[in-house]
Amino acid sequence: MTESTTSVPRRGVPLWVQIIVWISLLGLLVIVAVELNRSQQGQVGPGAKISNFSMPLFSGYNWNGQSQIHLSDFRGKVVMVNFWASWCKPCEQEADDLEQAWQFYKNDGRVVFIGADYVDTEPEARAYLAKFGITFANGPDLGTSVSQLFRIKGVPETYFIDQQGVLQYAQIGPFSSVDEIKSIINPMLK
Amino acid sequence: MKRLFWVSILIFIIASFFTSIALAQQPAPTPSDDQVNQIAHQLYCPVCANTPLDVCPTDACRQWRDLIRQQLAQGWTEDQIKQYFVEQYGVRVLAEPPETGINWLIYILPPAIILAGAFILFRALRMWTKPISASAVSGSNEDAFKDEYVARLEEELKKRK
Repeated sequence: MTESTTSVPRRGVPLWVQIIVWISLLGLLVIVAVELNRSQQGQVGPGAKISNFSMPLFSGYNWNGQSQIHLSDFRGKVVMVNFWASWCKPCEQEADDLEQAWQFYKNDGRVVFIGADYVDTEPEARAYLAKFGITFANGPDLGTSVSQLFRIKGVPETYFIDQQGVLQYAQIGPFSSVDEIKSIINPMLK
Repeated sequence: MKRLFWVSILIFIIASFFTSIALAQQPAPTPSDDQVNQIAHQLYCPVCANTPLDVCPTDACRQWRDLIRQQLAQGWTEDQIKQYFVEQYGVRVLAEPPETGINWLIYILPPAIILAGAFILFRALRMWTKPISASAVSGSNEDAFKDEYVARLEEELKKRK
């Protein structure tokens, strides 16, 4: 008799297992893509609407007696948000200029300066503020929530928000003079 | 004798009282570097990329280690200190991500992928090394022969009817 070639039945992976594996792989790819996209985003740029945020303030550096500020409270005003840290040497270069600019605008009523202390310790932060005679509202960026909102890459970085809550200018690095600060704010007041 | 016993007890009580006062007035011992670094090792420098807080050389990191030392001296627990750092600097300061939300994937996926890979490798090795058994071949041929035999038998029976 002749031998017949009968094929052995193939035992493959069940269909439901294959579906689960492919869906899981696809889900992982989506997560990786989203995170990669987010990590490659730069700082918030001019024209972007800034979401409302809240920030506590150091005692002694309150705003109108309030120990916490909300960006929405300043609608109708020009807001300057300055990210700094006591361990940041370039921040020291602009500290005097920022305070002088604040002294120039504080009685105007149309401009608000906010300092956000980035990943710092309070005693050192207070020493820094006292050293440079800073008087405008300052507080810790707890959990780096505010700095993440602006997607900062380091300090110092300063953001200027107009009366409608739209970012108009982002300064990466320290200012070189008080006039530089005024040249940014004055056009926003017109 | 009885009087001597009660006098001894009284002296002991008074001595214990003053000893406890003396101990209470002693300053709390300063936490050692090892105690500080045991916690700092579980935290990452919020500024320097991928640098544990216990080995970070910057001034900022030294300040944070000093802060841990102060908190330990005040009686804070390890969990309280870590929680403080999370509130101040965000979850990313932890060396181990918290087991919440999507972070569970970090703990589940690697072992699952390793297990799946091991299973696939095991199946592949079995297929490569398992010899083709003679009985399997002859068995299939035997079945075919039986079918052919039955078919021929039925054909012969029909002819004889």
